[in-house]
Amino acid sequence: MRLRIRNIRKNFKTKNGSVCALDNINLDIQPGEFVCLVGPSGCGKSTLLNIMAGLEKQDSGRIKVDGKIGLMFQEPALFPWLKVKDNVGFGLKIKKLEKQKQEKFIDAHLKMVHLQNFAESYPHELSGGMKQRVALARTLILNPDILLMDEPFAALDAQTREILYKELQNIWQLTKKTVVFVTHNVREAVCLGDRVVVFSARPGRIKKIFDVDLSRPRDLGNLELIKMSNKIMDVLKSEIKEL
Amino acid sequence: MQNIFTKKRVKSVVIKILFLIFLIFLWWLVFKLEIWTPWLFPDPVTVGKTMMKGFSNGTIWMGIMISMKRIFIGFGFSLLFGGLLGFLLAKIKILDETVGFLVLGLQTLPSICWLPLALLWFGLNEQAIIFVVIMGCILSITISVESAVKSIPPIFIRAGKMLGAEGFSLYRYVIFPAILPSLITGIKQGWSFAWRSLMSGEMLFITVGLGQLLMMGRELNDMSQVMAIMLVIIIIGIIFDKLVFGVWENNLRRKWGLVKS
Repeated sequence: MRLRIRNIRKNFKTKNGSVCALDNINLDIQPGEFVCLVGPSGCGKSTLLNIMAGLEKQDSGRIKVDGKIGLMFQEPALFPWLKVKDNVGFGLKIKKLEKQKQEKFIDAHLKMVHLQNFAESYPHELSGGMKQRVALARTLILNPDILLMDEPFAALDAQTREILYKELQNIWQLTKKTVVFVTHNVREAVCLGDRVVVFSARPGRIKKIFDVDLSRPRDLGNLELIKMSNKIMDVLKSEIKEL
Repeated sequence: MQNIFTKKRVKSVVIKILFLIFLIFLWWLVFKLEIWTPWLFPDPVTVGKTMMKGFSNGTIWMGIMISMKRIFIGFGFSLLFGGLLGFLLAKIKILDETVGFLVLGLQTLPSICWLPLALLWFGLNEQAIIFVVIMGCILSITISVESAVKSIPPIFIRAGKMLGAEGFSLYRYVIFPAILPSLITGIKQGWSFAWRSLMSGEMLFITVGLGQLLMMGRELNDMSQVMAIMLVIIIIGIIFDKLVFGVWENNLRRKWGLVKS
């Protein structure tokens, strides 16, 4: 088991008292699994991700993480003062790895995200999609066991996103990482995930878990995928009505 | 690498040079109209000759060297300690509420107002003038470093920590480069405050230096020396503001993508 989550509960204090963000969350994630968390905004899915990453502390319950964690944000958060290759190699530099090994890893990871021709560019010269690919390479170069992604494609246009779905699936199949992917886009979740975990809002609970048994690489236009998305969407919609 | 001699840049430099020539011509024209007597309003050639003479007999070089030494000591000290203080103010809240308040208050005092105090404390010597230079720029450097550190986008720090940077390496590889663009603006402003303080300080009490050469011109009723030294002071100001700090700032801003080149 890569991740074992037991009875996690988290409250937030607001002006009107305490709001229950996460209520009794139980989830097991296997090594190499791609799990997507979907839910209406404010359902606490990002909070759960932060708890997994160790950035926030749960109020009660236990979480067991087996392995190293890499985190990706909604913004690429690249360092504007570093060239693309130095952004990708940042973690290795901090680790004080030998220069030659650094360069070898950087080359390999730039190739993986198809940006080898942009090694010498600065982040501001890249498009949004390219920036997120650099951010992915920068996270993967540290060889994490678990990759946590917090709506990494939310700010991108549809075409760019579709290309990145393909790339992310390829990279995932190649590297066999465990991925936990937070999104509010159901089609995205079905396209990428082995399992889609649907959250209810306030209090944030796991409402239903869907297994996605479609062959890979998946295409957004696939009929089965659309059917599955609609099924999940119905569950979500009833959730939003209740609010 | 970008070519410095692009068509656009050459054109802009040519325009500036033509404008300068025009200004000198205008100056000469006003001189020829004899509105003021020549000893109050010398022509460009006389001023040029005085400047040449000053450079060739070494007095202007001497003045420049001494003034530069003072500004480097005063400004360097301010950069080091003012920067450190600004950093601490940004990090420690109670310090910001107490010392930060004091810094803001003292900053309103024109630096030359420290001169009487400096003269009484240190006497008529180097320390007094360097003290005035320090007081002229240290507080503005403190304030700009403080605001630079306070305004770092938190996402850089999160990303840096996520990639393993912590403690010293977080400062060295994330925080310092992240504040550099606003730091340079602060340094540039600090330099110009230091330069102004130094000139006013040098003019007000007897000591060698550019400011003193300027006052000497007045005492000798030598308008051409006054104008020559004023020009030298302007040229030094332009060299530092536009060439040293300006080029550094522009390079950095281009790298960050803050300007379209």
